[in-house]
Amino acid sequence: MPKDSGIGASSKRREDVRFLTGAGNYTDDINIYGQTYVHFLRADVAHATINAIDTSAAAAMPGVLQVFTGADFEPVGGIPCGWQVTDRHGEPMQEPKHPVIAHGKIRHVGEIVAAVVAESLAEARDAAEEIELNLTELSAVVDMKDAAAGGTKVHDDLTSNVCYDWGFVEENKGAVDEAIKNAAHVTTLELVNNRLVANPMEPRVAVGEYSRADDMHTLHTTSQNPHVIRLLMGAFVLSIPEHKLRVVAPDVGGGFGTKIFHYAEEAFCTFAAKAVNRPVKWTSTRSEAFMSDAHGRDHVTKIELALDADNNFTALRTETYANMGAYLSTFASSVPTWLHGTLMAGNYKTPNIYVNVKAVFTNTVPVDAYRGAGRPEATFQIERVIDMAARELGVDPIALRRQNFVTEFPYATPVAVEYDIGDYEATMAKLEEIADIGGFAARRAESEARGKMRGLGVNCYIEACGIAPSNLVGQLGARAGLYDAATVRVNATGSISVMVGAHSHGQGHETSFPQVISEMIGIPEDQIDIVHGDTSKIPFGMGTYGSRSLAVCGSAMVRAAEKVIDKAKKIAAHLLEASDADIELKDGQFSVAGTDKSVAWGDVTLAAYVPHNYPLEDIEPGLEETAFYDPANFTYPAGAYACEVEVDPETGKVTIERFAAADDFGNVINPMIVSGQVHGGIAQGIGQALMENCSYDENGQLISGSYMDYTMPRADDLPFYDVDHSCQTPCTHNPLGVKGCGEAGAIGSPPSVVNAVIDALQSGGKDVTHIDMPLTPTRVWDAMNNA
Amino acid sequence: MTSVSMTVNGRSVSKEVEGRTLLVDFLRNDMRLTGTHVGCDTSQCGACVVHVDGRAVKACAMFAIEADGAEVGTIEGQANADGSLNVIQQAFQDHHGLQCGFCTPGMVMSTVALLKDNPKPTEAEVRDYLEGNLCRCTGYHNIVKAIMAASGQDVSSIAAE
Repeated sequence: MPKDSGIGASSKRREDVRFLTGAGNYTDDINIYGQTYVHFLRADVAHATINAIDTSAAAAMPGVLQVFTGADFEPVGGIPCGWQVTDRHGEPMQEPKHPVIAHGKIRHVGEIVAAVVAESLAEARDAAEEIELNLTELSAVVDMKDAAAGGTKVHDDLTSNVCYDWGFVEENKGAVDEAIKNAAHVTTLELVNNRLVANPMEPRVAVGEYSRADDMHTLHTTSQNPHVIRLLMGAFVLSIPEHKLRVVAPDVGGGFGTKIFHYAEEAFCTFAAKAVNRPVKWTSTRSEAFMSDAHGRDHVTKIELALDADNNFTALRTETYANMGAYLSTFASSVPTWLHGTLMAGNYKTPNIYVNVKAVFTNTVPVDAYRGAGRPEATFQIERVIDMAARELGVDPIALRRQNFVTEFPYATPVAVEYDIGDYEATMAKLEEIADIGGFAARRAESEARGKMRGLGVNCYIEACGIAPSNLVGQLGARAGLYDAATVRVNATGSISVMVGAHSHGQGHETSFPQVISEMIGIPEDQIDIVHGDTSKIPFGMGTYGSRSLAVCGSAMVRAAEKVIDKAKKIAAHLLEASDADIELKDGQFSVAGTDKSVAWGDVTLAAYVPHNYPLEDIEPGLEETAFYDPANFTYPAGAYACEVEVDPETGKVTIERFAAADDFGNVINPMIVSGQVHGGIAQGIGQALMENCSYDENGQLISGSYMDYTMPRADDLPFYDVDHSCQTPCTHNPLGVKGCGEAGAIGSPPSVVNAVIDALQSGGKDVTHIDMPLTPTRVWDAMNNA
Repeated sequence: MTSVSMTVNGRSVSKEVEGRTLLVDFLRNDMRLTGTHVGCDTSQCGACVVHVDGRAVKACAMFAIEADGAEVGTIEGQANADGSLNVIQQAFQDHHGLQCGFCTPGMVMSTVALLKDNPKPTEAEVRDYLEGNLCRCTGYHNIVKAIMAASGQDVSSIAAE
């Protein structure tokens, strides 16, 4: 019987009621008395010297309060990067200054060149048209290999366009080279992990406020992690101490990573609100989002997989170029290194692995984490090269994977991480069942009878979530701790408010977090509320990304609730005139073991706040506890995915006929929400594999700058998905045994789509071994007809 | 400035607006009905779908003055008279047809229009109709399922929760 509340129940989401009735409170819904509007004049060339900017005509336009340029921001800091990577030679990465407004030089299309603050948005826009720019356009560098090779430099003060040349694990390189030299078979693949735009449906918004009365700054912003923004912007950009800066992220309409980062527009609105002494609001248009939100992926890789005569994997070697764009966004440097290289073992016991990553600057929008962040890039390489090896060797791709699975845990990989637990055979067996792989041959015959080619593609994945152990990431270059925090505040009548560092922007925390507390205490879920998204209300937690919310912040919440329960038991013992050790809590009732004496949760909480009969000499009144939780390890969700496609031989069009996902997320709090997370991830993965591509021309002009030319997956592009998360190996090191489910779908799905298309084409007699994503009809048709 | 009068969710309103004011900005800024959202600037995403004289319309693709004299319906007017969710809204909650909620008002407004014209749509018809509404969270699985459930069809055989 499914449970109807608590851990494991598919409780309906309480937040839905406000979203379904138009009562959500998104940042653009916030309007403050006296508010002004900013319009940013953005660069329409990719690389130029700024000789002069004449703002005098703009400043004289109706309604204009002030026009800002880069010179106004000279006294403040640049936008910081949160992770310092050390290169192969022990040197720190090259780290250019990242100005709030371009100063002296323009380095990508969309960079802010000037800003107009006016009484209305229309007036700000009108005035921006009167700004005169005197520019000398420079040649732009767009291709990563060109950028690495020299020539045009994005930053004159750096020695080259190479941010870092990273080797991992450098000491293993010789052994890897040797193993590849001695292999019975080596499969080599060059591939592109296409550049994407995250595209949460809510564009970014920032509203800055300043109060002269108490010298208090407030920023309302579309963020996944308000405390991170407060830290970065306060300490590094504007020099505002924490107690004078409040950051509020109310309802946020999707993030997918791109709302982690601290952006120039946030710093601008905060700064300008004090300068003009009025609230300043910015609402991104979608066109601005395409040229100012951090992009994702954009790797070019050569991967070699070595096998012995028995088809055991013996070594893996990669060389990757990773695009940083023109500046280092908040976590940009960590994505192709620590979130990518450490996952290159995949689900397999390959003994020798070496990963080389060259991160390069180009005249493009900064690139940073997008759903999966480094793990999709790792998974795509591994799972494509294994499929190609299976074809070259004439063996079954599932059998080849099985043969090389890691089967004993804990497992220390050759790339510095230790998988605590998993069962890759279980998820593969579950996948074979739910995908009905046994029935594929009949379905292929049916497709072929209709003149279509049908293919089946399978892949495994593993990822690292629950980011992250602070002492470990500190050694790796992180400039912040990555714990999280929760305060459990029990009210006098027994209801509970839980203030959490995690932020919910679609994940349903307001429903799932109370399920945990309800389970622990035994009171109804509706007696428990989550408070998130406001630094003035919540403890210092690091927010939501990397599928960390429940594994890290949820663990903090459990620890805080345990402290509350311990104290409540002491109060109950006093009321029941019993020993603390004999008190049990079940279904909201404290009882003395072995007796019929009991007292209700609400009577104990009331006693804590009305302490007339209370052990005041031993414990304080009140019932509120905070816990910070720093994880002991990453968590390692893993699974197996299968995709079936039909390819039209006349047009090259690919249709997804079936998609199945078998995931091991450890314990699951709300199965309905978990399935929804996987669905959405799969859609983004299919989007990457078949449709989405952010492209630039050779001059650095953004070609895909709107939904007219960046293909977002729509309802009629996608099927129903079969998803399963019944294979559960609980995480060994956090109190809930949870691993995280937010990114798996996007990590696990692109390889199976591409594997399926290659399978379809080969079944139709086409000698096609690889096509780079996205597999648009044009690319597939070209591959078929040029094969 | 131009005078514009319309009925919004059954209430008569008159305002002075600039000629260039879009209907969606009129609703959000002048009427403070912020449930109607703006997700793009090319009329692609459908987050701003409202009803104008009973038809689903993208409110970013119409000037406020073009709605002069019209009956306009928004997400704020969709719940039952007692404030409870209507059948479509309830189906979206029951089947987890929303995550971040940003596209949701447009999805609900499109669904109302779809089911008015086609009370029992097939899966293919639902997917085809939603061509003008983008969602980045759900992968559409649970939206399609919710719409079919709202039309009274048995969705228990559709995979997963």
